[in-house]
Amino acid sequence: MRRGFLLAPLWLWLLLFVAAPVAVLAVMALATPSDGVPPFTLGLRFAAFAMLVEDGYYVEALFSALRLAATTAGLCLLIAYPMALGMAAVRPRWRLPLLALLMLPFWTGFLLRIGAWIGLLRDEGLINRLLRGFGITEAPLPLLYTEGAMLVGMVHAYLPFAVLPLFTALVRLDPALLEAAADLGARPARVFFSVTLPLTLPAAAAGFLLVFIPAAGEFVIPELLGPPEAQVIGRVLWQEFFQNRDWPLAAALGLALLALLILPMRWFQKLEAEP
Amino acid sequence: MKPGGFVRAAMWAGFLFLWLPILLLAGFAFSADRIPFQWGGFSLRWFGALAANEKLLAAAWLSLRIAAASACLAVLLGGGIGYALARFGPFRGRAIFGALAGAPLVLPEVVIGLCLLLLFVAMEGLIGWPSGRGAFTILLAHAGFGAAYVAVLVQARLAEAERSLEEAAMDLGATPLVAFRTITLPLMAPALLAGWLLAFTLSLDDVVIASFVSGPAGTTLPIALFSMLRLGLTPEVNALAALAVLGVGALLGLGCWLLRPRRG
Repeated sequence: MRRGFLLAPLWLWLLLFVAAPVAVLAVMALATPSDGVPPFTLGLRFAAFAMLVEDGYYVEALFSALRLAATTAGLCLLIAYPMALGMAAVRPRWRLPLLALLMLPFWTGFLLRIGAWIGLLRDEGLINRLLRGFGITEAPLPLLYTEGAMLVGMVHAYLPFAVLPLFTALVRLDPALLEAAADLGARPARVFFSVTLPLTLPAAAAGFLLVFIPAAGEFVIPELLGPPEAQVIGRVLWQEFFQNRDWPLAAALGLALLALLILPMRWFQKLEAEP
Repeated sequence: MKPGGFVRAAMWAGFLFLWLPILLLAGFAFSADRIPFQWGGFSLRWFGALAANEKLLAAAWLSLRIAAASACLAVLLGGGIGYALARFGPFRGRAIFGALAGAPLVLPEVVIGLCLLLLFVAMEGLIGWPSGRGAFTILLAHAGFGAAYVAVLVQARLAEAERSLEEAAMDLGATPLVAFRTITLPLMAPALLAGWLLAFTLSLDDVVIASFVSGPAGTTLPIALFSMLRLGLTPEVNALAALAVLGVGALLGLGCWLLRPRRG
């Protein structure tokens, strides 16, 4: 059959490069770290998982990652709602340019945008020089390598993902509903909270998850903008792998992160499946 | 509905938040001062410094080649996957096929990177291929990642278009292959092009997956940039940002010109 000719190589690719790696991850989590190259010997050992559960450090890393992801996603939604409302309210011919304005920073490079925040926030950075120039502060404020810097960087990087689904939902919203509410005497804030918000709640949930899921495993932003003590799971996994060369523990951490993200992923897929 | 003043102001504040940091970074590339974000008169010296930085240039050239090659492979694979999901109806294992195709979209980058590295190590141990890690393993990893995005775009595009066009062509005597070439492929073309561009940018932007699957020989631009930023900011990064903003601006101009309203 002709279909088979197309499907066979695709199956091969997906099984080899998507399914097999996850299986290899599980095998690695049960291996024993060693000093060889590569640094492990295969086996059936649950020590990595035991360490994960018993050592508060790893549990805390998982939870602080989830906290960071949830805070980021919540802040993104808060900023994204007015942005999406404004974008949906312009004349249709201006929608595409605004959409380009939203997505183009993404094309200028993720690391460069983080570099920009380093330049703005460091002790001799633009913000501290301006504050001193206007005589507001004497000594430079410690802005870089703080929780706040990390959060600003995260929101900056992920904001477009929260705006997109909201914008799509708001454009599809029937304007007659909003007019009806306004005609019946509802003030704009009331219209928003009793009509717009309930009708766009699924889109808001999708936007939240679109930010939350990748943010939970984020490594680069906490590493470059966050304080040393912000040990989120992505950073801990990285250190166990690259610095401590404990591959089984890194693999166990990866599996734990996957396990925690399964529910949000399923929820997102359900939201996507509904029209 | 007229947008309220608050909503409009909040929208522009949001755009300012998105754009101001990168525009400032790019703008200060033209400052002569050695300290980034400090104005020391107009100068192009940092572009000269960038052009003389051979390590960074080599990394950029490697990144561009990996991005272009992995985007081509991603279009080939993702195009096939999207086509199969949109046009093959129910086939055996379709649910698993779809789940595997979409998995790279939701998996955290650190997990993808670690998984693929472990796979490459295991494969090298078992069959001796791919031997060692470097540009080629990054290419494979990025192709898999990009293919997932291409598949989504192609599937959405084909779901929009009725299959009646292909059926009509075949009713009129076209072989399935001719129908595919003359009807389906042109239908898929915009999604394939958009997918190629997306896969290219994702590859050019990725530092996490590349760090895991690269060896000492595979220093891409993001990996080089990441280790530079760990030490702080240098004016060369400003110059790089200026080039990126100019590039994106050129792309935007080209897009507007291609999509300009035509009269006549």
